[in-house]
Amino acid sequence: MPEQFLWAMEVMLNGLMAGVLYALVALGFVLIFKASGVFNYAQGVMALFAAMTLVGLQKGQVPFAHLINTIFGTDVHKFGWELAPWLAILLTAGVMVLFAWLVQRFILQHLVNQPDIILFMATIGLAYFMEGFADLMWGADIKTLDIGLPQGVNAWIDETTFNLFGYGFFIDNLDIAATIVAALLVVALVLFSQYTKQGRAMRAVADDHQAALSVGISLRFIWVMVWSVAGFVALVAGIMWGAKSGVQFSLSLIALKALPVLMLGGFTSIPGAIVGGLIIGVGEKLFEFLVGPYIGGATENWFAYVLALIFLVFRPQGLFGEKIIERV
Amino acid sequence: MKLKKLAVATAAMVALGAPAMAEIVFPSLSYRTGPYAANGTPFADGYADYFTLINERDGGIGGEKIRLLECETGYNTEKGVECYESTKGEGAVLYEPLSTGITYQLIPKASADGIPVHSGGYGRTSAANGAVFKWIFNYPTNYWYGASVAIKHILDQEGGDISGKTIALLYHNSAYGKEPIRTLEELAKKHGFSLTLLPVDHPGQEQKSQWLQIRREKPDYVLMWGWGVMNQVAIQEAANIRYPMDHFIGIWWSGSENDVKAAGAKGDGYKALSFHMPGSDFPVFDDIQKYVVDAGKAAGAGDQIGTVLYNRGLYAAMLAVEAARTAQELSGNTRITPAEMRDGMENLDMSEEKMAALGLPGFGPAFKVTCANHGGNGLALVQQWDATAQKWNVITDYIEPDLEVIQPLIEEDSAAFAAENNITPRDCN
Repeated sequence: MPEQFLWAMEVMLNGLMAGVLYALVALGFVLIFKASGVFNYAQGVMALFAAMTLVGLQKGQVPFAHLINTIFGTDVHKFGWELAPWLAILLTAGVMVLFAWLVQRFILQHLVNQPDIILFMATIGLAYFMEGFADLMWGADIKTLDIGLPQGVNAWIDETTFNLFGYGFFIDNLDIAATIVAALLVVALVLFSQYTKQGRAMRAVADDHQAALSVGISLRFIWVMVWSVAGFVALVAGIMWGAKSGVQFSLSLIALKALPVLMLGGFTSIPGAIVGGLIIGVGEKLFEFLVGPYIGGATENWFAYVLALIFLVFRPQGLFGEKIIERV
Repeated sequence: MKLKKLAVATAAMVALGAPAMAEIVFPSLSYRTGPYAANGTPFADGYADYFTLINERDGGIGGEKIRLLECETGYNTEKGVECYESTKGEGAVLYEPLSTGITYQLIPKASADGIPVHSGGYGRTSAANGAVFKWIFNYPTNYWYGASVAIKHILDQEGGDISGKTIALLYHNSAYGKEPIRTLEELAKKHGFSLTLLPVDHPGQEQKSQWLQIRREKPDYVLMWGWGVMNQVAIQEAANIRYPMDHFIGIWWSGSENDVKAAGAKGDGYKALSFHMPGSDFPVFDDIQKYVVDAGKAAGAGDQIGTVLYNRGLYAAMLAVEAARTAQELSGNTRITPAEMRDGMENLDMSEEKMAALGLPGFGPAFKVTCANHGGNGLALVQQWDATAQKWNVITDYIEPDLEVIQPLIEEDSAAFAAENNITPRDCN
């Protein structure tokens, strides 16, 4: 097979894997938008906060250590324990539920039936507050995430493709793990939203807050539930991205990677987030591979948005979004 | 009576609130928040701790206490300019912008205001030409010198011949990352290697395309001009594709502990340039422990001491203090003005004896600043990461850059700047 074709295949496969990672971030946005019509600007910061909390709990870091030491003149930094990854993940999920409750209690509850733009603004404020809070709580240093995720080239794929084509494909084990986790997550979320009472209630709230209230659905409970699930999705995204780069403040910028995915897949569709992620991942990687060398490279960031815009022009509601019908 | 009391209270408040004149004011445009906080914090700590040491141990510079004005920029150019504007009226005698973008913005402003700027190892390379950039200093080295030192190290590794080799430059797609391209293109012509350019967009969390290209094309060496998360991801991706780490060389902003620790054992062998020593095995650190950390006056938690970026901040502060000392000697005043500080910087002589006397023997290269040369001699060394010991080992002596190639580039670029800005170069003879 021609070398160029094999390379393009490899780039495409890696694009699919990268797309899964983008989709993981986009999923959190979709969940909250679906349930409350809120575009949650804080989703990227939630991933950062969740990942920092995970590492902090796992390594036994004392939260707010700098503040405590400054006020009391102490010198405490560590509790002296190291938690098992599963326990740390479980505890972090608990923290994200608590966070969801706090958001509902102190922000959303006061903004019921306010215009969408007000809710959006509230999430901008929340994002910046959380960033500062995370800094105060866990510090700004880069933390190594070590929960046993595999990393590096997958030897089996490398060998098999080499034997077949004379060129070994590079696929990162971390990307394979992310794909499996994302697949499980999506199946669970789809089953939850389609086949459970709470899931149906969530969709009802998304359609109309007041109508949902009138049939006895607790808005508070649904919002806490949705923000909790989105917090858990943020935790998964934070783990996958944090494993690549260490857990640090730039993790909040992964939200930028989710925006074209949302534009393409629609803000209300879980499968849309996945398919959108895959299209963006493959599209940007192939464009960089085929066209990038002729125009100086570094095309991925902007090309993802161009691709999303093209889709937007033809399908404003996104690939899988609900069709927008306004009755007069 | 009430009015009298009010007037007295107001006068007292004004007196307390006004900047004390018997001070030397050094603003620190730091970033302890945002995506680059992990790198900005240790630098800012080192910068602050050295000034605290001078105040606590020596009673200041020539009897004048140092007042540090820290202003948070978030590594954002607009905020950096705001910090400059809000602090320059406080009697600032020197700016350390800690950002190439902010430095570029401050060059015309500080030159017009008559306040010197020091951008050691960053900023506009051609500011090394003091005849054109009267108020800007970038000693002891700059990016073009760095690129040349990296190539010289590769030449050394390859027995002096790199013709036909391929060298890739993985760079942050910004003014900073693009700085070495021109130099590397000239060096490629001179030494006969081919140069592959691989830009990475901010912030650099996703670099799969670039590393697949490196895996396909197998360049003999990869140079990196990265910052922040781009560094950690690049080193992790290099490990993933099993790129030989000892053929992967970063500029000094891609060579801190932060950059390699996330990759764990796989980061072992990665190389980076530096213009000062890593570690805390120098007498001055005993004094920092005694007068700053143990006294509870450290800028941070005290856990960054001896790290690469802490040391770089400390080194920048030490150079500022020595320039201020020189300014005091030249002017005969202890309360120096920005113009006198500039004169001090232009006559700075960092000899090995002076560094040894400061408790920093061999910490940085010996160099002299002159009217014509604001960039020092450009010496840099190569350090290599030992993942087992979790420390950087210095593996070369200080290497001289190829001035034959770089000096004409500096002349050309600074001449273009002078022409654009109607600057008549000073006569430095």
